[in-house]
Amino acid sequence: MPIPLIQISGLEKAFSSNESWLSQWRFRHGKFKKHKDSIHALNGVNLTIHQGETLCVVGETGCGKSTLARVIMGLTTPSAGEIHYLDQRIDQLNNRQRMFFRRRMQMVFQNPYASLNPRMTVYQTLSEPISFHNPQLSQSQVDEKIDALLESVGISALSSDRYPHEFSGGQRQRISLARALSVEPDFIVADEPLSALDVSVQAQVLNLMMDKQEERNLSYLFITHDLAVVEHFATRVAVMYLGRICELAPTETLFQSPKHPYTQALLSAIPRLDSNTAQPIRLIGEVPTPTEKPIGCVFQARCPYANQRCYETSPPMTLQSDGSSVACHAIEEGRL
Amino acid sequence: MNLLSVSNLHVNFHMKEQELAALIDVSFTLNRGERIAIVGESGAGKSILGFSIVNLIGKPGYIKSGSIKLESKEITKMNLRQLQEVRGKRIAMIFQDPMMTLNPVLTIGDQLVETIRSHTKISYKDARNIAIEKLHHVQIASPEKRFNQYPHELSGGMRQRVIIASVLLLNPDIIIADEPTTALDVTIQAEILQLLLTICRDNGVALVLISHDLGVVSKVAERTLVMYAGHVVEEGPTLEIINDPQHPYTQGLLNALPQMTLPGQRLNQIQGSMPSLAERPTGCAFHPRCPYATQKCRQEQPKFIYSGVSSVACFLVEDMLNEFANNDKEIS
Ligand SMILES: Nc1ncnc2c1ncn2[C@@H]1O[C@H](COP(=O)(O)OP(=O)(O)OP(=O)(O)O)[C@@H](O)[C@H]1O
Ligand SMILES: Nc1ncnc2c1ncn2[C@@H]1O[C@H](COP(=O)(O)OP(=O)(O)O)[C@@H](O)[C@H]1O
Ligand code: SF4
Ligand code: SF4
Ligand SMILES: [Mg+2]
Ligand SMILES: [Mg+2]
Repeated sequence: MPIPLIQISGLEKAFSSNESWLSQWRFRHGKFKKHKDSIHALNGVNLTIHQGETLCVVGETGCGKSTLARVIMGLTTPSAGEIHYLDQRIDQLNNRQRMFFRRRMQMVFQNPYASLNPRMTVYQTLSEPISFHNPQLSQSQVDEKIDALLESVGISALSSDRYPHEFSGGQRQRISLARALSVEPDFIVADEPLSALDVSVQAQVLNLMMDKQEERNLSYLFITHDLAVVEHFATRVAVMYLGRICELAPTETLFQSPKHPYTQALLSAIPRLDSNTAQPIRLIGEVPTPTEKPIGCVFQARCPYANQRCYETSPPMTLQSDGSSVACHAIEEGRL
Repeated sequence: MNLLSVSNLHVNFHMKEQELAALIDVSFTLNRGERIAIVGESGAGKSILGFSIVNLIGKPGYIKSGSIKLESKEITKMNLRQLQEVRGKRIAMIFQDPMMTLNPVLTIGDQLVETIRSHTKISYKDARNIAIEKLHHVQIASPEKRFNQYPHELSGGMRQRVIIASVLLLNPDIIIADEPTTALDVTIQAEILQLLLTICRDNGVALVLISHDLGVVSKVAERTLVMYAGHVVEEGPTLEIINDPQHPYTQGLLNALPQMTLPGQRLNQIQGSMPSLAERPTGCAFHPRCPYATQKCRQEQPKFIYSGVSSVACFLVEDMLNEFANNDKEIS
């Protein structure tokens, strides 16, 4: 029975666009009205991440994947909703209360060039979090830990006094991972950790992540554009569109029988090596920018099956017989 | 006659301390309307090759020797005016980042109109009509509205469409596209590739697609060149290369893909990494990472040989071919 580690319910996040006070006033219907544009990046996300699993989040640019990651990590506060770590609520913590969870939850970013401090050697990068979270360790114990950690991500301990720019992209990403692992977390959020890397280097980093997961029963929330990676690495997949999860399924089920119209389009678009795959399902238009809080189904504007109900009510996530959950009226109505 | 023929091209970087070779003895041809791909890891020299074709390689880089012929005209010997003519009218380039080509302070429309009017003497109004028609052609919705927008108001996918529209205006013989979809989403990637493919096919334009993604390449290119450390190491029909790679490096690239391993299993990584220009190993540059490397590989440079369907630079393949040839002789 999987143990829920992180539970997210009704999560919303709206960014107010930073227009000046004056430009927030609009003249409409003969009156001045205060009007503040905001971007609704998350519109009610419900999600559970189990211990030891890799939950992959996929979806187009701007659908809210990075925002979800940042809200979970407490890097930005949600506008509504709750996040629990085991049985403790963690979305409303102050910095001091958050300390404990900083240790349990770590993040790896997309760009290995930007996420490491260029003025800190690898040794400094790693010794800071280790000493901070383990004040009881002596200096030599910290050093030992750093050496072991570097070796475990395939970086020679001899190079620990080098700076980030002296390493390749793949090596830097492995150092970022070493930094995340340095405090022995239970949970790592990785936001596109592979997208700046070549296939050959991607393989190194993915293998490392799988090794560490096995060693420590780590849980990953893994954000990626690359569906081949998802198929290989994920335990379950969450498909996101305009700030909502529209399908959540065990990986094999999702790839074998994608159900949501958006998931179907997304999967048909992957360029595959074999040349005789079916024509991609063309979606009309691009992802709209969510300046209004969506009413009805978030996919309505691009969905070939949309009907009146889709414009009015938001479809709830419904469990299907094969273990997947889908939010779509057409499926519920048996039209699809 | 080939539309483009590159032969024995050497490109160097002239550094303070030393002379670094970036492209070594690169040769290939491109026919009218043909689509080829150049693949390899980051640092293999793909972009340098792309830039060299239009003689855009900037200092400290320079073309050391070799020839690049556009039909019968030698590009390496052209003066600036002739080069600009080639770059404007015959060979167009598309980059990974559309903002490299788009001017952030001009509207989309003004940029397109300017492009048209720099080549043909027509009125603004006529140029505007052509521009809008081209925007429509690259499937931009409500082109009249987009015409008046600035690049930053468009999404990445739309910007890349605008670039393709502006390339179409020039009516080129060759498009060189350097990782044109790497910065885009999978769904939009597929659309842009499809667009590029359709446009090349419909207008008989030849395409050089530079990519590190073999999945992308397999959809578009008829022939593929695999590059490693400044060399072309394998060249052949794309399907042959994907289904039956000969060079150990090509095999490594394909084997590293997630779909080559069962879900949850460790991926096949190629050990080591692409050497920098200053650290290129002797002999076959791939030997430190090659599982089949022998003493000979460490010392001598394998020649590029034709293996039946594709051409490969590898002693292992060469020895195998020689063995077959000897066996044949013995039998007969
Ligand atoms: N600080 C911010 N201020 C205003 N809008 C923001 C901010 N951060 C994100 N957004 C908006 O919120 C939406 C979701 O953004 P997010 O970065 O989560 O997307 P994403 O799914 O990670 O996309 P990508 O695949 O490109 O990384 C987008 O419309 C984005 O423009
Ligand atoms: N201006 C330059 N000066 C020195 N070396 C360079 C320069 N530009 C590129 N290189 C080097 O040339 C090699 C090939 O580069 P490039 O063609 O950009 O690779 P690719 O496009 O295949 O990733 C790399 O080792 C790179 O570091
Ligand atoms: S709920 Fe309606 S609009 Fe949304 S995906 Fe289903 S059919 Fe399409
Ligand atoms: S020549 Fe030798 S080292 Fe180079 S790829 Fe072939 S077998 Fe490997
Ligand atoms: Mg993101
Ligand atoms: Mg490049």
